[in-house]
Amino acid sequence: MPRRRDLESICLIGSGPIVIGQACEFDYAGCQALKVLREDGFRTIVVNSNPATIMTDPGFADRTYLEPLDLEGVSDVVARERPDALLPTMGGQTALNLARELAEAGVLERFGVELIGAPLDVIQRAEDRELFRDAVRSVGLRTPNSRIVTDLSQLAGLATPAVVRPAFTLGGHGGGFVETADQLRRQVEFGIAESPIGQVLVEESVRGWDEFELEVVRDRKDNVVIVCSIENIDPMGVHTGDSVTVAPQMTLSDHAYQELRDAAAAVVRAVGVECGGSNIQFARERDTGELRVIEMNPRVSRSSALASKATGYPIAKVAAKLAVGYTLDEIPNDLTSTTPASFEPTLDYVVVKFPRFAFEKFPGADTTLGTQMKSVGEAMGIGRTFVEAFRKARRSRELDGEEIWQLADSAHPWFAAELEGELSELWLGDLVADDFLKLKRAGHSDSDIAQHCDATEEEVRARRRAWGVRPAYRRVDSCAGEVEAASTYYYSTWGEADEAPPHGEKPRVVILGSGPNRIGQGIEFDYCCVHAAQSFRALGYEAVMVNCNPETVSTDYDTSDRLYFEPLGLEEVLAVCERERPEGVAIQFGGQTPLKLARGLEAAGYSIIGTPFDAVDLAEDRERFGALLDRLGIRCPAWGIARTTAEARTVAERIGFPVLIRPSYVLGGRAMRVCYSADDLGAIESPVLIDRFIESALEIDVDAVSDGHETYVGAVMQHVEEAGVHSGDSACVLPAPSLSPTRDAEIRSIVRTLAQALGVVGLLNVQLAVVEGSVYVLEANPRASRTVPFASKATGVNLVEAACRVMAGARLSELDLFEGQSLGHVSVKAAVLPFARFPGADPVLGPEMRATGEVMASAADLPTAFAKAERAAGRPLPVAGTAFLSVRDADKRAVVHVAGGLADLGFKLLATAGTADTLASAGLEVGRVRKVTEEGAGPTVVDLIRRGRCNLVINTPQGSGARTDGYLIREAALVARVPCITTLSGAAAAVHAIANARSEESLSLQELQERIEHETRAA
Amino acid sequence: MSGFLALEDGTVFRGDSVAAEGFAVGEAVFTTAMTGYQEVVTDPSFAEQLVCFTAPMVGNYGVAEGRSESARPHARAVLMREARGPAWTDWLHERGIVALSGIDTRSLVLKLRDGGAMRAVAVAGGGSAEQAVSVARSQPSMAGRALAAEVSTPRPYVYADAGLARIAVVDYGCKRSILRRLAGAGAAVTVFPHDATEDELLRFDAVVLSNGPGDPEPLANEIAVVRDLIGRVPLLGICLGHQLLALAAGHETFKLPFGHRGANHPVLERASGRVLVTSQNHGFAVAPSESREATYVSLYDGTVEGLDFPLEHARSVQFHPEAGPGPHDAWPIIEQWVEEVAYAQAA
Repeated sequence: MPRRRDLESICLIGSGPIVIGQACEFDYAGCQALKVLREDGFRTIVVNSNPATIMTDPGFADRTYLEPLDLEGVSDVVARERPDALLPTMGGQTALNLARELAEAGVLERFGVELIGAPLDVIQRAEDRELFRDAVRSVGLRTPNSRIVTDLSQLAGLATPAVVRPAFTLGGHGGGFVETADQLRRQVEFGIAESPIGQVLVEESVRGWDEFELEVVRDRKDNVVIVCSIENIDPMGVHTGDSVTVAPQMTLSDHAYQELRDAAAAVVRAVGVECGGSNIQFARERDTGELRVIEMNPRVSRSSALASKATGYPIAKVAAKLAVGYTLDEIPNDLTSTTPASFEPTLDYVVVKFPRFAFEKFPGADTTLGTQMKSVGEAMGIGRTFVEAFRKARRSRELDGEEIWQLADSAHPWFAAELEGELSELWLGDLVADDFLKLKRAGHSDSDIAQHCDATEEEVRARRRAWGVRPAYRRVDSCAGEVEAASTYYYSTWGEADEAPPHGEKPRVVILGSGPNRIGQGIEFDYCCVHAAQSFRALGYEAVMVNCNPETVSTDYDTSDRLYFEPLGLEEVLAVCERERPEGVAIQFGGQTPLKLARGLEAAGYSIIGTPFDAVDLAEDRERFGALLDRLGIRCPAWGIARTTAEARTVAERIGFPVLIRPSYVLGGRAMRVCYSADDLGAIESPVLIDRFIESALEIDVDAVSDGHETYVGAVMQHVEEAGVHSGDSACVLPAPSLSPTRDAEIRSIVRTLAQALGVVGLLNVQLAVVEGSVYVLEANPRASRTVPFASKATGVNLVEAACRVMAGARLSELDLFEGQSLGHVSVKAAVLPFARFPGADPVLGPEMRATGEVMASAADLPTAFAKAERAAGRPLPVAGTAFLSVRDADKRAVVHVAGGLADLGFKLLATAGTADTLASAGLEVGRVRKVTEEGAGPTVVDLIRRGRCNLVINTPQGSGARTDGYLIREAALVARVPCITTLSGAAAAVHAIANARSEESLSLQELQERIEHETRAA
Repeated sequence: MSGFLALEDGTVFRGDSVAAEGFAVGEAVFTTAMTGYQEVVTDPSFAEQLVCFTAPMVGNYGVAEGRSESARPHARAVLMREARGPAWTDWLHERGIVALSGIDTRSLVLKLRDGGAMRAVAVAGGGSAEQAVSVARSQPSMAGRALAAEVSTPRPYVYADAGLARIAVVDYGCKRSILRRLAGAGAAVTVFPHDATEDELLRFDAVVLSNGPGDPEPLANEIAVVRDLIGRVPLLGICLGHQLLALAAGHETFKLPFGHRGANHPVLERASGRVLVTSQNHGFAVAPSESREATYVSLYDGTVEGLDFPLEHARSVQFHPEAGPGPHDAWPIIEQWVEEVAYAQAA
């Protein structure tokens, strides 16, 4: 059946900000879907609040709305655009939940919008535990024995151990494994609170059973194919997002596997997914073969992205085509082009996925893995054997915390056997070709070997190469070589023939990706890499991508001319360069990851395209940078370097407290802290940088592009939170509202001077602080920054494209960029924080970045944009009710203004003793409430928050850490989902927004950009 | 111990011997099934072949008697990128099968795909590569080879003695899964040698023409018997059985360049427009045809994957509805056929 002719326009919902459980995979899915829908002539409308996505690029859809993904936001878009259909299966749980809300609120019916991909009843059957259990039973299969609980009184008679699973939450959030009746009670209480429908499932524990996932695609003719089987090495009990997984499954016989396959098809049919991709999870008892169906997602998922990358079968693309009427046999297999998509990929390699955690960012948080997902990213390795793939994936994580993964005792013994025999001591001089080959085929890197033979990585590499042991590259072709494929998707292995690279006439650029998502380095950098690939291709280059993150758009084989799915280590990147012989290697788009490789690449004779590495070093090496600023007459905070505790004391006393301490070469503020006195400094063991910490400064972020002579200042952004809160966690406003034209001009001039002095060719990000009329440079990063996508979308100028053009040799003047701000609108970027995932860690903003993602909103004025951004970040500002305030002494004077504003808006004020005294003496009416640690009668503030008596919490920390009063307040607010603001500047912005936000018609990005262009022309 | 594979074109692939010593000659072919290595090796259709697995690791889950598709391995040698033992490799060793691990299987597959299936020699242990190549070249080609006699049962036997319908299976190299599916569908099953006569077979309610190795064309006697059976007793052909029915009904068969072997091949059911993901193992095929009786078509190359002559109650499929290994999508073909036969008997 061909494309449906009765549909003309389709609205696609994205997944919003990156959060734990929903990451780049939905940008990948959305992009694929939009691509095929547009090819088929549909008018496409996309709604997503995440500016760092490729799918929200103006060229990807006919209409793009960066709007909050809530009922109101999407309803507005639907009302304005009147699409014929809504495709909710590409935007994760967020989109599916929204589709359900829209349908149940009657919005879809009112505007005549058809839900395609997953109709309402399918969503309900897959998501509602009871309906799902019935559907599974109807085909003779079983889910774990379970009971649905909506109230604590229903727990009688339930056995433990058990698993608690809340309905409709992200990544199993709010659930967990419990062993005692007491734990059961507590977990159920938490789960009911977290579930938007107040429902949890308490089920039979299958902890320790083997865990499998199947990716299924079905079309409207009832054709079903299994795209991929995935086996979890960590058995049941650990969320699949936190598990090390392998594809294809390794331990099942044909008979056992076919049983799973049959069960998967039966479940898809029973749930009624008519056309699209689904993911089904099974638990299987190893000895008896007993099966339990654990869960099904009637949509593309993190696992389907992994399966697509693992097999070369683009599930999202196929699912989008199925949703608009095609059947599987009508859709060609992209990689072979001669065979249809109605087949099952077969793999002649093994794929392993490793999760990437960020526990080091959340001191105090429980690091035990369970049914609630905690990892922030993942890396995938491809090899011809399990161990080869396993080790490639493992080292692709670029771990900077401690290794917490170990093979579970309950894991299948096959994995234990494969992983036996880690490296022992070696003598480099003894190793001959065969030894090297054996080591490499087992997945050991040169650096692994070096560590075991007391040599450097370079020495090992030189010796190995002298023996002629070099990697061979193999294609991922979805069919194990059976059908000729034009695939340009490669991985390396050893001791085999190389599949000849398609060397064209065009010059090549190797673009280094950003590896697994982590806090501080996520989708923003993938966005930049994808744009770099697109831009270089448009400039007549062949773009060659190296990356190992299976979630991303950059690892879509469509994005570049050739994709190398490889760890971003020097060894692997040098090998790719040797094969590709690029004109240049682009290191400025992938965050910190490629920078670590730059020196080695240059040493091997490869040139860096754009800003040379020395400029990066000049900016990062504080002594060199300090000297440069001195020479240029640019101010920076007083600073010094200390190697010992004593030195730190001397330096801090010289420059004056408070000081900011950090190691150099860090991203995301890793291990950064503010010290107010010598006692705070702690023990210093390795060299640290000590900066004077400028309090109450206005923090400014600038993104610019330079050709080495001229500089285009793309965006001057102001942080909402003051200096001291990591820029990645702070909300950010464009244009900067508090800068006078003089300061703005001064900042632009500083950035220009710096760009030229550093020798930047490409992107430059500068962070500055403005205090009492003076401008200080905090840092300069001659590479893509986290704010590039936001700035590009807000200004309508694609900064990455501009950067690529100058990197390729163009002069900035040829680019015809207009520098100036659109006066008509204000854009706000707000950070999304994962605190709810890490109970035990203090949910307070500070110099260490903890945000996983961001949202963007634009409006005619700041309050409206700010309020919308907060809504998009999932923290809608209250407009009435009770506000609780408790601030540290330093903030007492300034809190009066904020509290006064709230009182004027009709908020009832509540405060703890100290803050209440301050407010009362300023003449404000305030109720008093006792702290937890305070003796007395009546409820404590934590009780009130828990009971929902507070609508807004403003609490600035008096020192951080668990068990302080402040911590207990913040944690209670987090659990009760009450907006909790931990800086006064944030509070002031919120009050301003509550007071002045207006309702305003949502405009699409295309309309906004037309307006900008119009204004530009007028100027 | 080291070993190597020599192809007739002179290419040599080095590996490690992981099972029996010695050498094996045959046609080098590959299968893309990711599971079911024991089923593949014991499938009589692999007679006289050296089978290369595209699956990266083979032997992971050991062996079990119930998985064998016949009494012994029929593949002459097993070629793997990475063999896992000891259960699997010991099993091969005990059965005298040459098996090589560490072979660059993907290069071998690309070579066979582009150059077609080749005569080859697998050597476990030392030996001269040139000599091996010349031995490979001296082998007869698979085209024109009648192999059913070598793998068929020497005498009739009863597999399942009671059922809704009495079904005779002609064993050209029959897989146990076929018998299991028939019995499972409620049939009484008797197995006959490849040269069973029409008189023997006509005593049954229906006849299954089984799978088997080699080229269908030289099986002149078998084709003649099938021709005689058409219209006189309900027939179901599977794989080689399909090719025999096709030849008996005037269709043409030919040798595929490198065959269809795997568990993921899409086949279109023309009547419904539905696609089955099927288990396949054939080096010869029925030439593409627009004729009405062509019920199933390969979505890879358009070859005829199924025939149906409703008036004669004769039908066949090229793929393996019994699976073993592979997906169970086509199980109903056998079940429904048994049901129809039983229904016709009852009527």
